[in-house]
Amino acid sequence: MSTRGSPVARIAGYALLITVAVAYIFPFLIQLGTAFKTDPEANAHPLDPIPQDPTTAVFSQLAALDFPLWAFNSAFVAVTVTIGRVFFDSLAGYALSRLRFRGRNAVLAAVIAVMAVPGVVLLIPKFLVLNQLGMYDTYAAMIVPLMVDAAGIFIMKQFFDGIPDSVEEAARIDGAGPFRTFWSVVLPMARPALITLTILSFQGSWNELPHFIVSRQSADLNTLTTGVSTLVGGQLSAGNQFPLKLGAALLMTIPVALVFFVFQRHFVRGATEGADKG
Amino acid sequence: MAGTRGATDTTASAPVVPPGGATPRPAGRRRHSNRIRRDGLAGWLFLAPAILVLGSFLVLPVLMAAWVSLSDWNGNGSPLASGVDFVGADNYTALLDEPGLGRTNFATSIRNNLYFVLLVVPLQTSLALLLAVVLHQKGLRARSFFRTAYYFPTVTSSVAISVVFLFLFASTGSVNAALGLAGIEGPSWFADPRGLLHLLLGAVGLDTAPAVLADTELLGLSLWDWFSGPSVAMCAIILLVVWTSTGAYMLMFYAALQNLPETVHEAALIDGANRWQTFWRITLPQLRPTVFLVLTLGLIGTWQVFDQVYALSKGAPGGTTLTPAFLSYVESFVNGEWGRGSAIAFLLFLIIVALTLLQRFVLRDKGAVE
Repeated sequence: MSTRGSPVARIAGYALLITVAVAYIFPFLIQLGTAFKTDPEANAHPLDPIPQDPTTAVFSQLAALDFPLWAFNSAFVAVTVTIGRVFFDSLAGYALSRLRFRGRNAVLAAVIAVMAVPGVVLLIPKFLVLNQLGMYDTYAAMIVPLMVDAAGIFIMKQFFDGIPDSVEEAARIDGAGPFRTFWSVVLPMARPALITLTILSFQGSWNELPHFIVSRQSADLNTLTTGVSTLVGGQLSAGNQFPLKLGAALLMTIPVALVFFVFQRHFVRGATEGADKG
Repeated sequence: MAGTRGATDTTASAPVVPPGGATPRPAGRRRHSNRIRRDGLAGWLFLAPAILVLGSFLVLPVLMAAWVSLSDWNGNGSPLASGVDFVGADNYTALLDEPGLGRTNFATSIRNNLYFVLLVVPLQTSLALLLAVVLHQKGLRARSFFRTAYYFPTVTSSVAISVVFLFLFASTGSVNAALGLAGIEGPSWFADPRGLLHLLLGAVGLDTAPAVLADTELLGLSLWDWFSGPSVAMCAIILLVVWTSTGAYMLMFYAALQNLPETVHEAALIDGANRWQTFWRITLPQLRPTVFLVLTLGLIGTWQVFDQVYALSKGAPGGTTLTPAFLSYVESFVNGEWGRGSAIAFLLFLIIVALTLLQRFVLRDKGAVE
């Protein structure tokens, strides 16, 4: 409702927004504070976000565990996947938007159909193919299947559709080939879409869990998502060790949180674009 | 078909031909046909990586899983090796027809997921709509602060959020401490398999199953068990998912509200309709396409719940947080029943396809009406 209401309605509105905001922010404050507590204090004062006697013990503990390795794997996979997606998705999106050739519409229809396949259903099937190809339990198995995504191709295609034809004509007349035209004329104009795609790809692959469950098994290839899950469900779960777990969760949230707060409007655009295509 | 497309292509590229009169100059025509040829080669080259990856890891897996779901492959060697036999629909009948653990587990996972969907979808949709409507009020302060606060959980890792909720809902955790302040003794959430409906019935004195419900079975699960409601543990996961996903749907509603014409709404207010009436009679009908979108995206998403179950409960306690997606993983990777695991994946796929078609049908119907 877009009109100014009565004072009562306004106060009720603020009360609702603030209550919900507390329910959204307080868990993160608890997480932050508990990561600096000792185990007994975490269990004794679970509602108090301020540690009595702050300690950074859990972070040295995490450093002694495989946490740095998990962080490296997550970063390596996320960065490689992001570079791959941005390049391959925009190549494919450009071909589907600007190049005219037989079969293009069929490929476009296939890309849209593929977007509708629910990811979770493909878990076991993806393992079967990775296993058959002899890729299972390698970085390649973790990275290559994520390097192209249909939704990203679609986002790029939509963006290229909005760039006027005349832009390319000049390059064409100068004799530039399709790749030159794409790389040095059209791609630089697609900056906003490229930023959106970069952010969504990084966030998606940093947070990815199921694919890393079915594409690898050795502990050396654990990412933060699979590694922290073993902390939760593994031998440590009995003696709860909440500060350690919350500290691990806190550290793995930081990179995405930074990207989010810097590029917030791109996230929002990604979310609403997703809505449009759905 | 190909001919038609060729013709379209010619029309679409027509501006390339210099407008030199009724007959195009030969040079122009040559350049044009060169472009078609060159574009074709470039097009396929540009698409090659995408086709290779999507084909190998989206299309091929489906074909391979279709075979495995009809085979007795046990995880050793290649499912395409000669020792692996075709067993027809055996894996499917084990899930749907034959009495046994396979069928009971599958029925349990369907029941759990059903309650999950029935609670998560209405809760997240109505909360998202409510927040979007309140946020859309004119002259609101700190609008972007609120929007950011609600949206932030959707961009963070499901594993990290699960860890936070593990602490919040621990028996010595924050939620129980807060309940304790109100004089309520909270349950040990993630260890409590009691169903919500059973608890409610217990509260009115119905502790044991009536014979009718206890003796009638559907897919190896008694009707009494079907009507258990979500377990206390599942309720914690439900709250987690609603908390996480509401922000994204709120943004969709918010974007839709911003695109609504203000005039209709203002006219209604001038005509003396109060805010409540304007919302139900004017705003909500205009938002119908978005409501349908959010409902169906929610339906499709909630049938795929996996991450939170994997990170938090692994299907425990008492199998009450088992979902088809997680069961398909357990049957394959843990029990070595790859055929059965693949069959579950296909049955889940059918459920989701049915819901997607329902979405298409409902949305197309909408388009025709408006």
